[in-house]
Amino acid sequence: MTEATAAATTTTTPPAPARRAPDGEPLLTVTGLSVRFLMPGGRDVAAVNDVSFDIAAGECLALVGESGCGKSVLASALLGLLPANARTRGSARLRPEGPDLLTASQATLSRTVRGRRLGLIPQSPSAHLTPVRTVRAQLEETVREVTGTPRAGLRAATQRAAERAAFPLDHLDRYPHQLSGGLAQRAATALALVGEAPLLIADEPTTGLDRDLVDRTVDELRRHVDDGHGLLVITHDLAAAERIADRVAVMYAGRIVELRSSAAFFGEPGPRHPYAAGLLDALPERAFVPIPGLPPELDALPAGCAFAPRCPAASDTCATLPAFDGGLACHHPREAAADD
Amino acid sequence: MTEPRSSVSESMPESESSMSEPEPQALEIEPPMLELDGITAGYDRRAPVVRGMSLTVADGEAVGLLGPSGCGKSTLARVAALLHRPYAGTVRLAGRPATGFRFRAAREQRTSVGMVFQQPRLAADPRMTLRQLIAAPAHATGRGEELRGRVDELATTVGLTPDLLTRRPHQVSDGQLQRACVARALLLTPRLLICDEMTAMLDASTTAALVAVVEEYRSTNGAALLAVGHDRVLLRRWCDRVEDFPSFAERAAG
Ligand code: SF4
Repeated sequence: MTEATAAATTTTTPPAPARRAPDGEPLLTVTGLSVRFLMPGGRDVAAVNDVSFDIAAGECLALVGESGCGKSVLASALLGLLPANARTRGSARLRPEGPDLLTASQATLSRTVRGRRLGLIPQSPSAHLTPVRTVRAQLEETVREVTGTPRAGLRAATQRAAERAAFPLDHLDRYPHQLSGGLAQRAATALALVGEAPLLIADEPTTGLDRDLVDRTVDELRRHVDDGHGLLVITHDLAAAERIADRVAVMYAGRIVELRSSAAFFGEPGPRHPYAAGLLDALPERAFVPIPGLPPELDALPAGCAFAPRCPAASDTCATLPAFDGGLACHHPREAAADD
Repeated sequence: MTEPRSSVSESMPESESSMSEPEPQALEIEPPMLELDGITAGYDRRAPVVRGMSLTVADGEAVGLLGPSGCGKSTLARVAALLHRPYAGTVRLAGRPATGFRFRAAREQRTSVGMVFQQPRLAADPRMTLRQLIAAPAHATGRGEELRGRVDELATTVGLTPDLLTRRPHQVSDGQLQRACVARALLLTPRLLICDEMTAMLDASTTAALVAVVEEYRSTNGAALLAVGHDRVLLRRWCDRVEDFPSFAERAAG
């Protein structure tokens, strides 16, 4: 596979900061994860289907896809935040040893996992922060709870926590509504980092932010990856994914349909799954052409490949489910583009 | 008010597709679809978020207005759609000054503008089905029967299936709901469309699809567009020209 080697050694296009190869130990191994919701009237919604991936220390994996593709359900599953009518299969193990996030009790999750081994950087920082308390008060409380720092050391520990997320110390006594969007994001990130959890999950961290702020937020998150954290970013923002990720997983109708290095995906040779290619072509900086049709309803998935009704390459073979193999689930993947 | 009135058109003369190209007499015959003249607006008279701004959108023209969130561009968009009364300044639609805003707006003027908002969930009555949502402007103007077929047509255009039309907002995705909101905005065949961060919550494919719907509509109906947003790449790809919303600092300094 010459192109793979080439892709791995080619440095990516301008915005990407230097990447180090994800050589760390795996922090999370997800195997065959499925999530179904049992709905009233016997409807059965298959939100996540047989998803497997892992994340290593010092690595960022971006999970991208259209809204409703199952990526936020996947995040909820990893965080133990699924509603009661959800049924899961498979496993999501913290490594090197640790509970299965799917089966651990809420007590275990809140005492030993959340904030300590797994930090959540929320979608909407302003909603995550308590409006009536200053940033300092919220950080101090989290520091005390998570690290058990005694009162005497609290002030210094809180400042260190703020500095870790580049939150300016002279803004610690402000209330969330007095912060800009960027600073609110940093405050929320500071909270997520308090317990020095090795693994971070960021759920749509850039939604609603301006492009400049997206770039800055993403670069700050990347800094934590380069400091050795593992990071799972869930996003529909492909530009943000390109900027931050080492690897990209494209999700469609609850399945990962392509998983490859960010450099190969966004650069040469480009995506090989027709859906992934369509998603990139929809970008205004590319062809700006939408994928025809709508994603399927998750309670009425077609047999076989779920993308078939929208796929320009579909054939009779596609009536059987393509296996996920070599980073790809497609019977007729696009040829790696040869540049001639 | 003696302060130098900054206008977006003045502050950004670099517009690529120059508007001064068409023969002057053509412009005299067709008044601009939208003229915002010295608009000052906001939610607190002592601290208006929009100050003395002017902007013109010619008939059939697509203008992008670019600015960071919270800069006041959404307020300006609401003023242009006659949904928010400015403290000062004049709004002219096709040459005629607006005399009222919100429920006091002249019906004919109000219905000549279609608006799409950033957050479809805040812009949709949760009790309505998507079909009722799209048809709402027809019922509000007593044209429910007459526009029945048009509702179906638009639903197909924006890519909503009959099954989705029977659902309520909480049963569909943001993207599907925004598709319905675009259909709603087009129902009364507006001469001007105002899209305020229409795609900020949407994925790339839905964004491209909805922009294509708007452009298809504009090319058949010759409607003008004011697209407000923060994504420069998107607005440049979409619009004839893109203006920067002047920042407070610039305005204070200028
Ligand atoms: S399996 Fe078939 S239908 Fe599915 S993406 Fe590949 S070619 Fe298209």
